[in-house]
Parts: sequence; structure tokens; C-alpha cells
Amino acid sequence: MHEMAIAGSVLDGVLRHAEGKRVTHVQLKIGHLRQVVPSSLEFSWTLVTRGTAAEDADLGIERIEAIGACRSCGQETRQAGFPFQCGLCGDYALDVVSGNELLIDWLEVEDPVTA
Amino acid sequence: MHIKKIRVVEDALDANNTIARANREDFDRAGVTVVNFMSSPGAGKTTLLERALEALDHELRLGVLEGDVQGSLDADRLAHHHAPVVQINTDAGFGGECHLDANMVRSALSSLPLDDIDLLVVENVGNLVCPAEFRIGEDARVMAASVTEGEDKPLKYPLMFRACDFVLVNKIDLLPHLDFDLDAFLANLEAVHPGVPYALVSARTGEGLDAWYDWLRDVERQGREAA
Repeated sequence: MHEMAIAGSVLDGVLRHAEGKRVTHVQLKIGHLRQVVPSSLEFSWTLVTRGTAAEDADLGIERIEAIGACRSCGQETRQAGFPFQCGLCGDYALDVVSGNELLIDWLEVEDPVTA
Repeated sequence: MHIKKIRVVEDALDANNTIARANREDFDRAGVTVVNFMSSPGAGKTTLLERALEALDHELRLGVLEGDVQGSLDADRLAHHHAPVVQINTDAGFGGECHLDANMVRSALSSLPLDDIDLLVVENVGNLVCPAEFRIGEDARVMAASVTEGEDKPLKYPLMFRACDFVLVNKIDLLPHLDFDLDAFLANLEAVHPGVPYALVSARTGEGLDAWYDWLRDVERQGREAA
């Protein structure tokens, strides 16, 4: 949801880190548990970047799987979604180890070669 | 021209979280504990808030921030209580957003007498999806789920039910007229958010509301003691 707002927020962060340089690639990490539709985000990205230093930047999205740590047996198991259930003992009380990320991981910029 | 890689590792919603932290600092400075109150449209937030204002009026200095897409209906309903009430309309310069975010809340702070408020309740836009994603600088989050919405809602909207520290199961006065399976609802709630405290209430009849008032009292006290 709000892929447009998220794209705008990503652009803010990207431009800040790019410090005026042209951006060629932005790599995001998006956890499986976040309510974000990648294709929608990609579309929003093309719209928000128009006329900016990130206009032609590719958007790469690495999906991070959801992993829960069981409070009963301690085992970490992959989770398809909610409700969480431990893959080992079947308990429902798990802590989120990964899957909640919505990160700007890295970006690539054109760096003018200095003589 | 060569390509340089820059490592960022920064939250994509950094802007909202930064503003939420700024809100948090303003609240702390003024000694205000903040509760973010969420639910689907029509679950009973405003009525539950009215009951709380009536019950706690003489022991706590309450304030209300009303979030709606349009209109001041909720703020008008609450206006006759002593508590200061400010209405935010998300369609007034914010594009008709379906949730409150830190920026919108920040824009309303100057209209609130923060120094005269102990507990600020932010009544969010009715929506089971989006508000859970946006921090506004709150101390605690509570949601109302009414029995007319069905026992499957925790399974369908897990992020909202997980995001909240307390769940008010409202409109229990209607249970005799519904096929709502309360045990199934509570089991679903427990599966999605193990251990989450909840209260069975009716804002209309008053049943169970002491648990709501006590939760607000506890949150305010904890906020005050942590400062």
C-alpha cells in the first residue's frame, strides 16, 4: 500500500545520499511481511523520479523472507505469513527475525573521473 | 565517468520516522503521553472516546486529535467535553490520505495546548490496513474491533492486530443478534498476536469499559514515570 508515498520517500533518501550525482541504480530490501507490491512500487518509482537525478535509475528489489524465532523451543523457521507458527514445535508465539524490512540498501551513482 | 557504489542501509520510510521522533520529543518536553487509536470505519472509536472523556475528565487532562478524510463530525461530537479537540482532515492539503502520518500529526501540534494535556488520544482514520504502517510519535497503540465485523478479521488484517498493544472488542451488546463466534475471534487474535491484552466492551451499554479506562490510566502513568 502507498507505493507512491514509499517511492517518494525512497527518492528523498536516494537524492540525499547521491549528493547531486546522477543515480544509475537503487537497491531496496523489502521484507515479505511488508504491505508493498513490487510492481506497483516500480511503476511509482518511474513517476516520482522524472526530472530528478534519479530519472534513469533502475530499481532493484531484494525480497527478504519472513523468519520467526519460536519463544517456546527457540527454533527459527521460515514463515509464509501470519499467523506465525513454529515449524518445529507448532507454537504460535514467535518473534520476527526478518521480514519487516523496507530498506534502501545501496545505490550506484555516476562519479565524474577527476583528472 | 565511472560508477560508484554507495552503501546506504537506511529505512525507506526514514522521513516519516524522523518526523515521528520529532513529535515524540515535543510530546516528551510537554509531558504528554500519546495513544494512537485505530480501527475500521464504524467500529466505535469516537463513542469509546466519548465514554473515556466522560469517565476520566476529572482525573486526567485529556486532549484529542481527530483524523478524518473529510469533515469535523467527530470533533464536533466531542466538542462539548472539556478536553481540547483538534480535527485534521487528510483531504485538506494532504491529498486525501487514508491514514494519519507523522507529518500530518506534526502540523496539528501547534493547535494543541500540549502543556495542559496529560494524555493525548489520536483517533486515526477508520482503516484496518494503512495506519499500522505509519508511526506518529505515539507511546501506545490501541484498536477497536467490533463483533459485527466478523471473527476472521485478525487473520485477514494481521499487521493491524499485531501493531496494537490493546484490543477493544466492541459492541458485545449485539452478540445475541449475531452469529459471531467470539471464541474463534479470540483464538484468531491469539494466533496472530500471542498474548495481546483485550477487553470485551460495549460503548453503548457501558459493559466492560472499566478495562478501557484502566488501560488509558496505566499508559498515562507509565508515560509519565518514564519521562
